[in-house]
Amino acid sequence: MLGMLLCAALPMGAGCGGDGGGDGAPPGGPGSSKPKLTVSAAASLKQAFTAYGKEFASARFSFAGSDELAAQISQGVKPDVFAAANTKLPEELFKKGLVEKPTVFAGNRLVLAVPADDAKVGSLADVERPGVTLAVGSKSVPVGSYTRTVLDKLPAAQSKAILANVRSEEPDVAGIVGKLSQGAVDAGFVYVSDVRGSDGKLKAAELPEALQPSVAYGVAVVKGAKQPRQAQAFIDGLLSGAGRRALENAGFEPPPSE
Amino acid sequence: MRNRGWFPVGLVAALTVVLCFLTLPIVAIFVDTGPLDLLSSLGEDGALEALRLSLTCSAIAVGLIVLAGTPAAYLLATRRFRGRAALVTLVELPLVLPPAVAGIGLLAALGPNGVLGGVVEDAGIELVLTTAGVILALTFVAAPFYLRQAQSAFEALDRTWLEASRTLGATEARTFLRVAIPTAGPGLISGLALAWGRALGEFGATLMFAGSFRGVTQTAPLAIYERFSTDFTGALALSAVLVAVSAALLLSVKLLSGSAWLGGAAG
Repeated sequence: MLGMLLCAALPMGAGCGGDGGGDGAPPGGPGSSKPKLTVSAAASLKQAFTAYGKEFASARFSFAGSDELAAQISQGVKPDVFAAANTKLPEELFKKGLVEKPTVFAGNRLVLAVPADDAKVGSLADVERPGVTLAVGSKSVPVGSYTRTVLDKLPAAQSKAILANVRSEEPDVAGIVGKLSQGAVDAGFVYVSDVRGSDGKLKAAELPEALQPSVAYGVAVVKGAKQPRQAQAFIDGLLSGAGRRALENAGFEPPPSE
Repeated sequence: MRNRGWFPVGLVAALTVVLCFLTLPIVAIFVDTGPLDLLSSLGEDGALEALRLSLTCSAIAVGLIVLAGTPAAYLLATRRFRGRAALVTLVELPLVLPPAVAGIGLLAALGPNGVLGGVVEDAGIELVLTTAGVILALTFVAAPFYLRQAQSAFEALDRTWLEASRTLGATEARTFLRVAIPTAGPGLISGLALAWGRALGEFGATLMFAGSFRGVTQTAPLAIYERFSTDFTGALALSAVLVAVSAALLLSVKLLSGSAWLGGAAG
């Protein structure tokens, strides 16, 4: 995430290394023996892709909010693959001619997550009580926009009461998970895969089915990618193969259309 | 005589490279945003709020730093005792800490699950995800910049002056207030400017410890980061304003220290 800060500080969209060993820009230069596949991926994909990445010995990842990664690509940063926590961002980049036709590769569910050991909140109804604190994603990051979709389906008074309890609007889902596991807030809207990946630190309160937004992940090869073939192979593996298994293990669901 | 020529040329070349490298991103911010964009982006909701929050929080943080840091630096500069070098290093440590580490450290110390989290909670103080938390994070990251500068300013003082003041009957407190502080003034003020600049730019520790919420904890750098994804022009414009504010601050502090303490010890 701090690597992203660096990117934000370099206005011309110059590439820079992410702190997770990922890289927003094509790596290499002379002397790098094996060309590396660079993947910009939504923060929620971190565990699944890291596991899948072991199959792709040369894959390097940059995890951040999908919206920040899309903005980097708009500014001329060229990873090989862009994987987002929605279909809107890759579709927008496709319309701008910056990525190839995107594919939907996974689904997820939005849940209300609470710290496992000290839960003041058991369900959505508890979140509107005064004094309960909440972390959500900012409006532009997919997890934040799904959260607002859910809240919009609630009666206005209830959604207003919940929004009044928001203490932080995080730039990506990792920030929400961090605030939750530190006990800084009582609850937060995250994906079910984040709760699965939290090593038991978080537990999930399911949202009523009627409120559940359709969470679909889109992936695309970036136009002008240095490793287009490897990029396509990476995406193929997400649809059927090691990537699909890694996604299932991490708690992701099949794409909603299936 | 002949080979005297290339060295100065090399120096000038080095300075040119350094200047280009350091100013290019800043120039690019201003080239990319016209003055109109700049003004209109300030009109958007949240921009002025973030800027005001940044200025208020950083000013309070710098106030706290100067208040506690000046006597602390004076002690470190004027006394010799066992373990002093270790103390100085400890005080300077946050200078080299990555902001993310500072954020994690603050959470581990003062967060709800932190070492002193219970004490803080019992005292009825709320730090995490509050404006007070922003001030705390800024104070933590910026303090060493002032302490370091203040310490060397006090160390550079002519000891005979301080002794003269004492021989003339002034107490040590009076000597500190009336002789040491004014004489070390330029050094103290340049430390203050550095600390303030650092506080204005703080991002990582603030995000981790205080979160990001408009009007409460979302300082200008956090607002810039949030805009980056949806509104690059807006992010650039707010960046330009932050650059201008920081530059104005730095400049006025320098002018102030130049005129107010004219003839004092050089900072």
